[in-house]
Amino acid sequence: MTPGEPLIRWDWIVRNLDVIGQRVGEHLVLTGLAVGIGFVISFVLSIWIARKPRLYALVTWITGILYTIPSLALFALLIPVTGLSLLTAEIGLVGYTLLILIRNIVGGIRSVPADVREAAIGMGYTERQLLWRVELPLALSVIIAGVRVATVTTIGLTTVTALIGQGGLGYFILEGIQRFFSTPLIVGATLSVLLAVLVDAALVLLQRQLTPWARATS
Amino acid sequence: MADRSPGHDALLTTGGRGATVELRDVSKQFGPAVKGTAGAVNNLSIEVPPGEICVLVGPSGCGKTTTLKMVNRLVEPTSGQVLIDGQDVQRIEVTALRRRIGYVIQQTGLFPHQTIGRNVATVPRLLGWPEERIRARVDELLRLIGLEPERVRDRYPSQLSGGERQRVGVARAMAAEPPVMLMDEPFGAVDPIVRERLQNEFLRLHRRLGTTVLLVTHDIDEAIKMGTRVAVMQQGGHLAQYAPPAELLTHPASEFVADFVGADRGLKRLSLMTVDDVELGRAATARLGEPVGAARARAGTASWILLLDADGRPEGWLSVGQLREDREITSELADPSSPIFTHETTLREAISRLLATAVQTGVVVDENGRYEGTLSLETVGAALRASAAESTNGAAVPSGAEPATERAQ
Ligand SMILES: Nc1ncnc2c1ncn2[C@@H]1O[C@H](COP(=O)(O)OP(=O)(O)OP(=O)(O)O)[C@@H](O)[C@H]1O
Ligand SMILES: [Mg+2]
Repeated sequence: MTPGEPLIRWDWIVRNLDVIGQRVGEHLVLTGLAVGIGFVISFVLSIWIARKPRLYALVTWITGILYTIPSLALFALLIPVTGLSLLTAEIGLVGYTLLILIRNIVGGIRSVPADVREAAIGMGYTERQLLWRVELPLALSVIIAGVRVATVTTIGLTTVTALIGQGGLGYFILEGIQRFFSTPLIVGATLSVLLAVLVDAALVLLQRQLTPWARATS
Repeated sequence: MADRSPGHDALLTTGGRGATVELRDVSKQFGPAVKGTAGAVNNLSIEVPPGEICVLVGPSGCGKTTTLKMVNRLVEPTSGQVLIDGQDVQRIEVTALRRRIGYVIQQTGLFPHQTIGRNVATVPRLLGWPEERIRARVDELLRLIGLEPERVRDRYPSQLSGGERQRVGVARAMAAEPPVMLMDEPFGAVDPIVRERLQNEFLRLHRRLGTTVLLVTHDIDEAIKMGTRVAVMQQGGHLAQYAPPAELLTHPASEFVADFVGADRGLKRLSLMTVDDVELGRAATARLGEPVGAARARAGTASWILLLDADGRPEGWLSVGQLREDREITSELADPSSPIFTHETTLREAISRLLATAVQTGVVVDENGRYEGTLSLETVGAALRASAAESTNGAAVPSGAEPATERAQ
C-alpha cells in the first residue's frame, strides 16, 4: 500500500456499488448451488446409510479425506481436468459440504428415540412413512444445524473460487492483493462475513419455524 | 362364592368386540440357533379368549416383551404360530395387522413433534378415516381418558405430565377400536398413586370396550389386579403357570410360582375379593331428629348405634351410654370417623382402612351412599377362611409364613 493512502476510500465504494452488488449476487449463487447440490447428495447417501448402517464408516472416510484436502490444492488438481470453470468451483465447494451434512443428517435420524421409532413401526407405519413422518421431522433441527455450518463454511470458501475466475466476493480480495489497494480487500472480506452472519440468522429463523414443538416445552 | 377380580364380571357378557388370541407352541431364538443355548421364548402356548385381559408376568429378561412382540410381528417367531381369531398372523400383511392391534409401551413412544390430537389420530389417519370422523374420535377418546380435549388437543407431549402422557399412549392405541391391545408395562413409568388411578381407569374403560388385552408387567400385584388370567413366565420364556389370579394364589403350580407370587399370597387374595363377597353385618340405626328414648330402645344391648340422615346416609356412630334421655339426636353427637365402603371396595383396602382408623366396624353403602350393612375384621376373616376352604377342598389356608418348599404344587 502506498504511504499516506487511507485504509478505506469511500469514493471507490460509492463508484463501484453496482459491481459490489453483482459480486454479492454471484457469491450467493455459488454458495447456494454448492450447499443445494451438497444437500441433495448427502440426503440420498444418508438415507441409504439409514438402511445399511455399515456404509457409514466408508462414506465418512471418503468425505473426510475430501474435507481435509486444502482448497487451493484441490482446485489446482481439478483445473487440468475441468478447466477454469464453474464446474471446477462447484466440485470443490460441494465436496467440502458433504462430511458436515451427512454427519448431521445421519446423526439426526439416529437421534430419534428408540421408543418413538418402535411405537411408529408397531402401529403400522411403513418404512417410508416412518422416515418422512417421524424420523426426518425429528431430525430436522440437527439437519438444519448441519446446513448452517456447511453454509457458513462455504461462504468463506467461495472467496477462493475467484482464483478460477468464477467471481464472487473473492474477486475484490484478489484485486486488493494484486493492486496493493486495501479498500476492495476490506470490502470483500467484510461483506463475506456479513453474508455468513445474515444467512446463518435466516437459517435459525427457518429452524424455529419448522420445529414448533421444540419451543413448546412447558 | 368365588374369588374374582373386581370389575371383570361385566366384560364376560359384553363379548363381541375382542378377538381370540392364541399362541401355539411359540419359540424365539435370537441370532443363529446354537445347540445348548436357551432361546428367549420356549414352546409357549397361551389362549386368550375374547375380551379378557391376559397378563404376562415374570422376572426381568424372561421373555415377556419378546412374547408380546410376536403378536404384532415386531419379532418373528423361530417356530410356532400366533393366531388371531384363528387366522395365522404370518398370513396377514404386516402393516395391516399392526393397524388392527393397539400397542402401548412403557416409555409411551408418543411423537414429540406432533400435538396430542395428532398423536391420538395416528392409526385412524393411517387407515384413511375421513377428517371429520377422526376429529370426533380424538375428542371422544380424550374425554374417555379424562383429559379435556380443548385443553390438551393442541399441546405437545412435552407439555403434559407423565401420567397424562401415559394416558394419551393408551388413547392412541385404542383410537381405531382394535380388537386386540398389546400393553408393555403401560403403567410402569409413573408413581404408585398415579399408577393405581390409571389401572382403575383402564379397567373401567376395558369393561366398556371388551377388547382382548395382553399386558406385560413384572409387578405381581398389578398382574393379580388387572388380569382375568395371568401367565407366569420363567427365565428362558417357559410358561410356569397360566391361570386366573385366584387360582394362582391358592394353587401355585410350582415352587417358582409360589415364590413369585410371594409369601403373602394369603393377603393378596384379599385384593381379589370385594365387600360383595362377604356377609354384611347389621347395626341398630337411629334417624336424625329422633327422640333419644326411641333410639335407645332399638339399640337393645348394643353400645353403639349408627346415625342416618333423612335419606338413609350414615352420619356416624352414637355411643349409647353418652346419650341424654331428654334430648333429640343431632349429627354433632355422632362420631364420623368410621370408614365407609362400597360394594366394589376390595377386602384388602377395607382391612387396611379399618386398621388405620382404629374403628372396629365400617359402614357399607350402596351406590347412592345409603346405609346397607356393616363390615368388621371378623366378617372379613370368616369370608377369607370360607373361600380358602372352598377352593382348596378343605385344606388349610397357607398361613403365608410357611417356607415355599412345603407349599410346592
Ligand atoms: N433384539 C434382541 N436381540 C437379541 N436378544 C434379545 C433381543 N431382544 C431380547 N433379547 C433377549 O431375550 C431375552 C428376553 O428378553 P425380553 O425383552 O423379552 O425380556 P422381558 O421379560 O421383557 O424383560 P424385562 O422385564 O426386563 O423387560 C433376554 O435375555 C434378552 O436379552
Ligand atoms: Mg420387557
